[in-house]
Amino acid sequence: MSQTMRTYLMFAGVAVLIIGTGLVQSWNSALLILNMGLVSAVMALGVNLQWGIAGLFNVGVMGFVALGGLAVVLTSVAPVPEAWAAGGLRAYAALVIGAATVVASVMAYKRARNAWLMIAILIVGFVIYRGVRDPAVDAIEAVNPAVSGYLGGLGLPVLLAWPVGGLLAAGAAWIIGKTALGLRSDYLAIATLGISEIIIAILKNEDWLTRGVKNVIGLPRPVPNEIDLQNDPGFVESAAGFGLDPTTASTLYVKLGYSVLFTAVLIVLLVLSQMALNSPWGRMMRAIRDNEVSSRAMGKDVTFRHLQVFILGSAICGIAGAMMTTLDGQLTPSSYQPLRYTFLIWVMVIVGGSGNNLGAVLGGFLIWFLWVQVEPMGQALMNVITMGMADGSALKDHLQGSVQHMRLLTMGIVLLLVLRFSPRGLLPER
Amino acid sequence: MEFLNALVTLANFVLIPGITYGSQLALGALGVTLIYGILRFSNFAHGDTMAFGTMSVILFTWLFQSWGISLGPLPTALLAIPFGIAVTALLVLGTDRVVYRFYRAQKAKPIIFVMVSIGVMFIYNGVTRFILGADEQRFADGERFIIRAREFKEMTGLDEGLTLKTTQGLTVITAVIVVALLFWFLNNTRTGKSMRAYSDNEDLALLSGINPEHVVRVTWLIVSALIVVAGTLYGLDKTYKPFTYFQLLLPIFAAAIVGGLGSPLGAIAGGFVVAFSEVGITYAWKKVLGYVMPESLEPGGLVQLLATDYKFAVSFMILVIVLLFKPTGLFKGKSV
Amino acid sequence: MSTGDNPYQDDHGNHDASVTRRGGESTVDTTRTSGPVTDARGGPFLIGDNMTGGYGKGPDILHGCTISVDKGEIAVIVGPNGAGKSTAMKAVFGMLDVRQGAVRLDGKDITALTPQDRVVAGMGFVPQTSNIFTSMTVEENLEMGAFIRTDDYRPTMEQVYDLFPILRDKRRQPAGELSGGQRQQVAVGRALMTQPKVLMLDEPTAGVSPIVMDELFDRIIEVARTGISILMVEQNARQALEIADKGYVLVQGANAYSGTGKDLLADPEVRKSFLGG
Repeated sequence: MSQTMRTYLMFAGVAVLIIGTGLVQSWNSALLILNMGLVSAVMALGVNLQWGIAGLFNVGVMGFVALGGLAVVLTSVAPVPEAWAAGGLRAYAALVIGAATVVASVMAYKRARNAWLMIAILIVGFVIYRGVRDPAVDAIEAVNPAVSGYLGGLGLPVLLAWPVGGLLAAGAAWIIGKTALGLRSDYLAIATLGISEIIIAILKNEDWLTRGVKNVIGLPRPVPNEIDLQNDPGFVESAAGFGLDPTTASTLYVKLGYSVLFTAVLIVLLVLSQMALNSPWGRMMRAIRDNEVSSRAMGKDVTFRHLQVFILGSAICGIAGAMMTTLDGQLTPSSYQPLRYTFLIWVMVIVGGSGNNLGAVLGGFLIWFLWVQVEPMGQALMNVITMGMADGSALKDHLQGSVQHMRLLTMGIVLLLVLRFSPRGLLPER
Repeated sequence: MEFLNALVTLANFVLIPGITYGSQLALGALGVTLIYGILRFSNFAHGDTMAFGTMSVILFTWLFQSWGISLGPLPTALLAIPFGIAVTALLVLGTDRVVYRFYRAQKAKPIIFVMVSIGVMFIYNGVTRFILGADEQRFADGERFIIRAREFKEMTGLDEGLTLKTTQGLTVITAVIVVALLFWFLNNTRTGKSMRAYSDNEDLALLSGINPEHVVRVTWLIVSALIVVAGTLYGLDKTYKPFTYFQLLLPIFAAAIVGGLGSPLGAIAGGFVVAFSEVGITYAWKKVLGYVMPESLEPGGLVQLLATDYKFAVSFMILVIVLLFKPTGLFKGKSV
Repeated sequence: MSTGDNPYQDDHGNHDASVTRRGGESTVDTTRTSGPVTDARGGPFLIGDNMTGGYGKGPDILHGCTISVDKGEIAVIVGPNGAGKSTAMKAVFGMLDVRQGAVRLDGKDITALTPQDRVVAGMGFVPQTSNIFTSMTVEENLEMGAFIRTDDYRPTMEQVYDLFPILRDKRRQPAGELSGGQRQQVAVGRALMTQPKVLMLDEPTAGVSPIVMDELFDRIIEVARTGISILMVEQNARQALEIADKGYVLVQGANAYSGTGKDLLADPEVRKSFLGG
């Protein structure tokens, strides 16, 4: 079977799975899977760019996704004037001071090679930073804490948040990459693992910026509101034309709206990735990957190229994160967990086929489908297993209650099976 | 007097918790470092193996408690540890036989092992939650304190109390014993030396007649023991929750890398460096400084450098700083 | 570096030190277990007979190569770079896939044995590079050499120290801190600790000074006199053939010439092509 044929068949299989969900369960579920599948595919595309063509092992995907989420808040939410008045500028000034301190200390170390000078700058800078920041933050968080207590955003159109999410992630990636790829040996894995936890800690704790664990709800949407649609006589009429009741029609319409937007983003990114892969740049990247020593000997700046592709891949994850938060309509920092947002994306890339953009996209859809559907399947399985047991028996209750944990187990088994029997993934690179 | 009060406060809130947490991290990091040194990859399933191992200890503890067996003032969990180790070792050795061994036969690159360990992580995670659920579990019993704050105050007449929990004392004693045993084993026994030899040069170990599969099995066994002890001590001292154990992966990795991956001594040093930085930077120093400084200079705020939730950030910052100055870690790791 | 067709060896060029460790990995499948040993009487003490094979699934490097050594003899393999000299040694030791041919030792066919079991069977091997445990002390290196022994190996260690007195002074030092010549002595000493019947040396004098080289050759002759067979690959062909009972000239993985050391030194063809006239 040729690779093209295989690709078509695999994607047809995924389409069947999603359409099957629509027919068997409901079109709402099918569209839910499709939408998050599209977002997952974008994330997988970003990770695949890093791993597939440059061999960079990024285990901090969660952090970049979360930064995308932050971008949605910072871009699209209406600003809270009282909070800004209370200390908005001062809080941001503190951030600038903090950043300047770090930059100054790094410069001091690089120029003067003096660790004590660096530590002195850090300590003085930290004291000033806290001195400027703390009163401002307290003031901001005191502004009507039940509904705001944070600065809000810029009130710009939410679609603009997607590229902003990419930029935020790219900025973070630049800092991480500069630090971790510049060390004598490569320490990217632990660096990304660490920074992603730091980003989540910031989102959870800096209430003035993100409302922390109080969450930001009701984010602006790029598609109409269901209630508005249901109250629109024109919409109700055309829904009736399709034989649908207004409620179902409105939810389907909204979800389809997201699907269209996400598909557009995925296609643009996929086309760009494919073009990049087949361009001289892509060939150079693969040459570096396949033989770094000779590429270095030929004068290629390997560290810079790695940094470049790391930033690009992270930016894509940031865009996906912004898309996801837009879809959710809220930012909930405590929902970011590494298993779900880092390692699951890795399962997608490995299962799909590392190095193959279409493979990553396929993996995104397939694994997301499994992630969602394992639970009902597990429930069914448990019902069969526990059929013979007495109602109310402790074991039966325990088994029934543990169905949700089947998910992780299944993901692990799928990953191990693919790594063993098809280590290059379902759609291998060549 | 002021100075003594400051010292007691410091001991109570920084030194004792730091030493305890450091011992737990050191035991965890030793496991990571052994696998890195001998099997040549970082085991992402480490945290979840710890969660599984501690779960089996908890189950045995409950069983013993239901039989009415106890250790008096000591936690019953101590009695359950050997059984927990046995169960964990079975799981880990079984995993090695079914999963990892295949990749050794293929001469797979270490990064493939890392990915495989991610799969194993998912599975262990699922299994643990499947059996015991994702909720917090308490399994500590016996005497809670060695020294109580009130008794200490009465005894010494100081304003500040000192508390020493049984679990803290146990952690440190157990860690010292385990570490001493491990170092004795690695440096003085034939098998221990063969592990070091295999870690140094696999082909030459083969040419000396060392059976690599035996070395690998012994390594997994030791790692199981270390990890179950570390997990149980952590669970007794703080609390058991599968997700917390998964999250311990970062400070444990940080400790192993700060110390120098592949170096057992480094893992211990790294454990304490990370623990003390976490505790020190997230502790509110107001009280200690209040005793030491002249009244006029007493700090107004809490003097807490960072909020407690930033403790993972601290592990990471320490990591970066150490690597900037010593790229191979504090004790020269095997990575270079 | 992605290598060949084995998808499990495709690491996408990753060398992230925080998750993977490089260096010291084995080149052979360490999970293999030994196959049966059969009787095969007659013939030389050790013979790699008509061996054809290469690394893993890669192309053949050896093409019907035969190498043998008798008890107490010194056999030397010489030949141009890339002739497969080291490969032939590794084939005899079971460190690569021998697709055709057999290895026999002391009347037994040991072709199916793993390297670690060949050590038990009485073979010792000193590889050309990475032939000591650099992180371990000299004494620990020797102890590891004696790993398979269950009897008291102290006397053997004394013999090694007598053979290489400098090692006695440095026995508490990490072997990685020694000079090139001393490292080679540790390497040979480690292999002698098993009390092998055959000692195989892959370019023992590579990278050491001429004085140390003469010294090493003297020690090797001394070892051979104790009844241990020596099979050796050497770059310094002339000097090696002078002490050899038997010599093999390999070209492209096959035997080109063989004979006694003296014969080969006298052979005008061999002199012209391999010994520089």
